[in-house]
Amino acid sequence: MMSKINHSTAERVGVYVCHCGSNIAGVIDVEAVAKWAAEHLKDRGVVIARDYKFMCSSLGQELIEKDIQELGLTRVVVAACSPHLHEATFRVACQRAGLNPYLCELVSIREQASWVHTDKHAATEKAKAIVSGGVERVLHHTPLDPLHVPIHPATLVVGGGIAGIQAALEIADAGFPVYLVEREPSIGGHMAQFDKTFPTLDCAACILTPRMVSIGSHPNVTLMTWSEVTNVAGYVGNFTVTVKKKARYINTDLCTGCGICQEKCPKKIIDDTFEAGLGYRKAVYTPFPQAVPKYPVIDHVNCTYFQKGTCRACEKLCPTDAIDFNQEDEIVTLQVGNIVLATGYDIFDARRVAQYGYARLANVFTSIEFERLSNAAGPTNGNIVLRDGVTVPKTVGIIHCTGSRDRNFNNYCSAICCMQSLKFAHLVKERTGATVYNFYIDIRTTAKAYDEFYQRVLEEGTIFVRGRVAEVTDAARMPTEEGKLIIQVEDTLAGRQRRIPVDMVILSVGLEPRRDSHAVAKLFGISCSSDGWIIEKHPKLDPVATMTEGVFVAGCAQGPKDIPNSVAQGAAAAARVLGRIQQKEIALEPVRASVDESKCSGCRICNGLCPFNAILFHEDRMVTEVNPALCQGCGTCVAACPAGAISGTVFSNEQIFAQMEGLLLHNIERPPITEGVLT
Amino acid sequence: MTTKLLFYPGCSLQRTARPYLDSLVAISPLIGIELEEIQDWNCCGATEYIAIHHLASHALVGRNLALAAQQSNGTHTVMAACSACYLNLAKTDSYMQVNAQLNRQVNDALQAGGLHYQPGTVRIRHLLDIIVNDIGIEEIRRQVVRPLKGLRIAPYYGCMIARPDRDNRWDNVEHPLALDKLMKAIGAEVIDFPLKTHCCGGHMTQINMPTAYELIRRLVYGAAQYHADLMVTLCPMCQLNLDAYQSEMNRHFHTNYHMPILYFTQLLGLAFGLEPEVLGLGKEFVNASQALSRIGIELPAAEPELEMVEDKPARKKKAKAGLPMPQMLHSEEEDE
Repeated sequence: MMSKINHSTAERVGVYVCHCGSNIAGVIDVEAVAKWAAEHLKDRGVVIARDYKFMCSSLGQELIEKDIQELGLTRVVVAACSPHLHEATFRVACQRAGLNPYLCELVSIREQASWVHTDKHAATEKAKAIVSGGVERVLHHTPLDPLHVPIHPATLVVGGGIAGIQAALEIADAGFPVYLVEREPSIGGHMAQFDKTFPTLDCAACILTPRMVSIGSHPNVTLMTWSEVTNVAGYVGNFTVTVKKKARYINTDLCTGCGICQEKCPKKIIDDTFEAGLGYRKAVYTPFPQAVPKYPVIDHVNCTYFQKGTCRACEKLCPTDAIDFNQEDEIVTLQVGNIVLATGYDIFDARRVAQYGYARLANVFTSIEFERLSNAAGPTNGNIVLRDGVTVPKTVGIIHCTGSRDRNFNNYCSAICCMQSLKFAHLVKERTGATVYNFYIDIRTTAKAYDEFYQRVLEEGTIFVRGRVAEVTDAARMPTEEGKLIIQVEDTLAGRQRRIPVDMVILSVGLEPRRDSHAVAKLFGISCSSDGWIIEKHPKLDPVATMTEGVFVAGCAQGPKDIPNSVAQGAAAAARVLGRIQQKEIALEPVRASVDESKCSGCRICNGLCPFNAILFHEDRMVTEVNPALCQGCGTCVAACPAGAISGTVFSNEQIFAQMEGLLLHNIERPPITEGVLT
Repeated sequence: MTTKLLFYPGCSLQRTARPYLDSLVAISPLIGIELEEIQDWNCCGATEYIAIHHLASHALVGRNLALAAQQSNGTHTVMAACSACYLNLAKTDSYMQVNAQLNRQVNDALQAGGLHYQPGTVRIRHLLDIIVNDIGIEEIRRQVVRPLKGLRIAPYYGCMIARPDRDNRWDNVEHPLALDKLMKAIGAEVIDFPLKTHCCGGHMTQINMPTAYELIRRLVYGAAQYHADLMVTLCPMCQLNLDAYQSEMNRHFHTNYHMPILYFTQLLGLAFGLEPEVLGLGKEFVNASQALSRIGIELPAAEPELEMVEDKPARKKKAKAGLPMPQMLHSEEEDE
């Protein structure tokens, strides 16, 4: 790879300093930087230095291309924004002009200078040093060719909620194979728990279950429920994924989904997942009647046979002998080219807001409990009743922002709770005629037809009280409050404290990242924010890609969002994957590590460190080798090698040291370069 | 093993809250704490002084802290049983740590007495915190010889110990459970008292009686609604307000509540088998004889029992059937 290369003629470097409107020029004297580079870096090979309003504009790029052709530039340094943003832009511009794109270096004088300094003079001096470092570094660059790897046409979608279902269907409909892995016994996600969906109030099951059925019957979809991804190896285009299919204890070849086992199973358990703790299921169960696939699972933790060795009622009564207590977990290995993560969210634990009394006061419900309560297929057949199972509430208080927009819990807005609370207000009114209070901080109804829904709920007579509820208590102060839940709140519009007695309180709880989101992110080699949401490649312009090539994100795994947005993201992620698949191969950055065998001592320190399993050890010669097809250029082995035998292209020691020399302006005093730069 | 503590008694414990001090002294050897009183301590400023003279109130507390730091042989933990003392000591120490100017001014003042205090030198903690977090519920449970079976208790924390929770000592600042767990450990039946951190009236009893009466009424009414036999407190001011002013409050509202207010240390002592006399029982205004007779404890002869004609509201019924209740956090161990 790149090391000491002698060039027959002196390099000709062009320097381009960007104003970025006033982003850079407002703090840094860009003209002075360009002038300085032309004068003081002349001896280091700079033949031209220009400044321009927007280097990334087509005119700016043409400027560089023209200079390459007319002045015979052999190296280009652009001083502008972070490489994160425009490195690719300028590399492509150089390529168009016939220069190898890797002979272009983008140095950041925006994120690392103008945006972080207020002292204009000092920032300008710093920009000069950064340019100098870039020039010194680029002299050590070598032409590189991107690596081309084939893209495996199959895709892994993780998570069978609405976002994952949408992504999987789009890809499968386009004719490519999809593996859909879901942790629960059925796909459907949270949406399957809901009764109505805002703002149109169509029944969630009516619009969701056809999609679930399509997944179940699609020839291109391999559905793996009751399964979890346990390992991911490889890289974009060529991932090897290990999936654990947990034992269902049901032979799915024989099972017809008749439901007799569930009916006859004597063990009844509170269903904390699908019924949100409000209803029951059996030890052998499908979470709900429309479950896809139709096969149940046996929950061995609660099954009497697994715990006590007797019972076997399901086995005796199954008409097709499909019960198989001897089944074991199965490990499956999949080859896929791309991955879509649609792992969803968890519900904020309302017990943490102790002053709202959830789990202490019987008639305080969470939003997800209310979804089940109002669902016609739920534990009360859709009757909105108090915890006693029979009493219809006459007054209901709905508290927005529980756990959200609260520095004690989560700072962020959970995005769905306003609309969810409005939906609840409507449903309570419609089904019980109760007086409904909504306690809100702000009403955020910003998507299509949302505000119209808010107005409808206002017109229906729901009472809105603006203020964060201080307390929900059963401590009456006077006989009229006895037996009620009293909501203590500062009505910030009326400017006074109010105590409002109600029969039922619904806490509109926020959304939180999955409890294991950090572990999942680590498994797939991507990152989470400190909150735990998966970080997208760009919050505005690339919301479904991640920083890891070939791994995409959709739905609430990326942040709280409603159904329309989750579906849009699922489809967007699918479009990105399909684009990849249809290209059949992908060009990878030629950023790779390589081992200088003459320096390698065979100590094997690097062997265990490679996260991509790209390192091979040759026992016969006692040397290590890096497989360039697997190497991702992370640099871990480069840093770890005690002999300095491993170097990385684009991040070689020579390049880094040269850049530092340049930053320190040690290059200025050097004798002029006349030919071949390198020492 | 004995835990040595620098003890700041505070004025109340020597006078109105004498039963608190007596019961604390009586149970100390049983729970393995050794109290070393801070020599020559002075008033903490109570709840009022900080509002009248900011710097002087901190200097007043600073002197106690300086004396405690000087005396700290083998321990740096200063324990106060009074919530107001605890809060004042902790507040001054914490403000001095974050406010360099206050630190300088307080130390300038202390210099007049040849004293100096480096903020953060001593750790200020409330008695309940020490018992629950250091000695531990299990140890308390081991000491119990006379479980208070059948005694229904409203645990009342008052407003000064759980908030602000500077050192993360409480499980929940809005709805703490430490005292609940402690009382369950000695066999009492503990109600889920929703007003456990609400205000007792504070110094409103000195400046605005109607306000104080209303605040006292809410608490007593709340505890009676839940059919508590008595309220248990850990703060001399809470005890005084609810106990000494209860009959006046009754007169004010034409009510007839009879809710004894005892210190948690007195109940610990009873459960440990100590005699009521050594725990200062019988000195309360609202007589606790009847409540304690429920668990077979005879109080020393007191004034004749007041007639109880209070008509209690029907006890809330727990739903037998219906939808399942979500489980409380920590509820598993508690319900043992």
